[in-house]
Amino acid sequence: MENTFARYLFNRFFTLFLTVFIAATLIWIIPRLSPVNPIDAMLGRMASGGGTIENSGAIMEQLMERFGFNDPWYVQYWLYIRNTLTFDFGLSTSSFPTPVAQMIGDALPWTIGLMMVALIITFIIGNLLGALMVWEHTPRPWKAVIPAMMVFTSMPPILSGLLLMYIFSSTLPWFPLNGAYSIRVEPELSLSFIGSVIHHGVLPAMSIVVVTFGFWALGMRGLMITVQGEDYTVLAKAKGLKKRYILYKYMIRNAILPQITAFALKIGMLVAGQVLVERIFAYPGMGKLLYDAILTQDYPVIQGVSFVIILMTALAVFLVDLLYPLIDPRIRLGG
Amino acid sequence: MSDPTNAAAPETAAPDMAGLTKRQLKRMKRFDNPWNNPKLIWGITLLMGIIALGIFGRIFWDTDLVFTGAVLPSQAPVGFENLRGQVGLASSPLGTDVAGKDLLALLIVGAPNSLYVGVLASLIGMSLGIFLGFTAGYTGGRVDDVIRVGSDVMITIPPLLILVVVQASFGDITLTMMSLLIAAFVWQSPTRLIRAQVLSMRESGYVQMARLSGASDRHIMFREMLPNLVPYLFGSFIANVTTSIVTAVGLEVLGLGPQRVPTLGRVIYDAIDSAALTRDMWWWWGFPTILLMVMFIGLLLINLGLDEVSNPRLRRL
Repeated sequence: MENTFARYLFNRFFTLFLTVFIAATLIWIIPRLSPVNPIDAMLGRMASGGGTIENSGAIMEQLMERFGFNDPWYVQYWLYIRNTLTFDFGLSTSSFPTPVAQMIGDALPWTIGLMMVALIITFIIGNLLGALMVWEHTPRPWKAVIPAMMVFTSMPPILSGLLLMYIFSSTLPWFPLNGAYSIRVEPELSLSFIGSVIHHGVLPAMSIVVVTFGFWALGMRGLMITVQGEDYTVLAKAKGLKKRYILYKYMIRNAILPQITAFALKIGMLVAGQVLVERIFAYPGMGKLLYDAILTQDYPVIQGVSFVIILMTALAVFLVDLLYPLIDPRIRLGG
Repeated sequence: MSDPTNAAAPETAAPDMAGLTKRQLKRMKRFDNPWNNPKLIWGITLLMGIIALGIFGRIFWDTDLVFTGAVLPSQAPVGFENLRGQVGLASSPLGTDVAGKDLLALLIVGAPNSLYVGVLASLIGMSLGIFLGFTAGYTGGRVDDVIRVGSDVMITIPPLLILVVVQASFGDITLTMMSLLIAAFVWQSPTRLIRAQVLSMRESGYVQMARLSGASDRHIMFREMLPNLVPYLFGSFIANVTTSIVTAVGLEVLGLGPQRVPTLGRVIYDAIDSAALTRDMWWWWGFPTILLMVMFIGLLLINLGLDEVSNPRLRRL
């Protein structure tokens, strides 16, 4: 048993390592296949911003050296992998000389905060609705409304985001259109700041919740159907236990396990989708950082953000793979 | 529609049907053609609507109006007013954007483009998935290990982020190139699915039988196994079309899609970029959003319908 668990652990860890490694390599190779030289692009931007540049040849040479483009490819690759794994993504070219790692560090808490809140709300609402779809004591109107709500499942969060913005921000001025907190409050640990953050976070979080809860609901529905026919549920009913007690303690409790694995895979999709939500709400997280970097062709930032998001996804999958055997003893024993 | 063998069925099963309504009993008597599924038909109708828009739009409307300055800028749709109080013109029934592009023409050209990217990417991903899934499941051993780990790894990497790096480095890109790039990220789930199915089928009676009869590997894979997988493949294909369109629209909304061809995502990008929300130009982002929703709902309905066709237990009376 120890052996199978160790093997399982090793396999998961190997996959995690390989994922991060392949992602890092892809991010390194792709820009190098491009016909456009990043230094050219940078100088072009300088020239368009500030007129002519004196002795641009020397600057170019200096920058080529500075960014290590004169080294042979294997040296460049080795340095890149070493730096990436230590979260040293170099300096931003658009807001030179801010380190990319620092920009990511500023943006990351916003993204993680928004994502976790959205994910938790989605998980609870989705699973509850999915259970209600199957439960025989669900009020009739709910039974009709919930399946219709599943239509949203198929949409990307940008569409729901646009609609929510239009309804609750443009038409009804209930929530702010963009940003993470009001410019009138100081970013400090005060009640008005926290209130402002929540006020600004409602719409972005909602636009993610609206399109992802259906995934949980449909999954939960399938699981509940199997649990519904199990002997223990029948026994619980025969014992005359309260309906709600059976729903929560007998049915949902037993059905929820596979949903927890799906949790991790969903994080991956959520992070990528959230990049777009942040872009339309101008939310100062990773998505906005990425979008701004695309606009200014800031390669180090693009690479850094992409890498960190892929790393987060891979780590989430890995962690749930680790947690799963702890939650479900059958996996631990079965190997 | 009536079938003599089916008509007798309700009577024999009558004791179990006490709880059914009259309507449900009536439906029981009808010949049960699984393809006559309302969800499937609605889904296909919605997608056909998008294709029809692309075909008939090109015939009855001038698609040259997608170019900048082709029509008066910032006009509201017919029957509405823009912020300056100008009533929408009949020459641009769905309104225009700030650069003077006609919304109707943009939709006619853009909507089929999104569908094209989705279908092409999914087709390529599917073919790759079938090939790799069969190879892994049938060959086993080292090859299987490599393919399995490879798909495990690739399923974790969000396609959008790699594609952002690709597009940012290469600049402008064609629709077909974008489909090919997206295809590189949608082969994993069909591969896994087919591999798992092939593994279980490999030991089944009819495959053993075929092998004993001296059938070639290729015959076993494509004649004996593949037909059993068709329902899964269809479901997986449709799901991948959705994923591909979502990814493509995501790239376009970040401003990284094809620059020379109108796409729905690109229209939304322009709208957000020019603050269409604060200018109250709802038609600019609203119509492409509606079309995308129609597309996604259509695909979802097709998938739900196909599920019911291949799995009779899901069907309801």
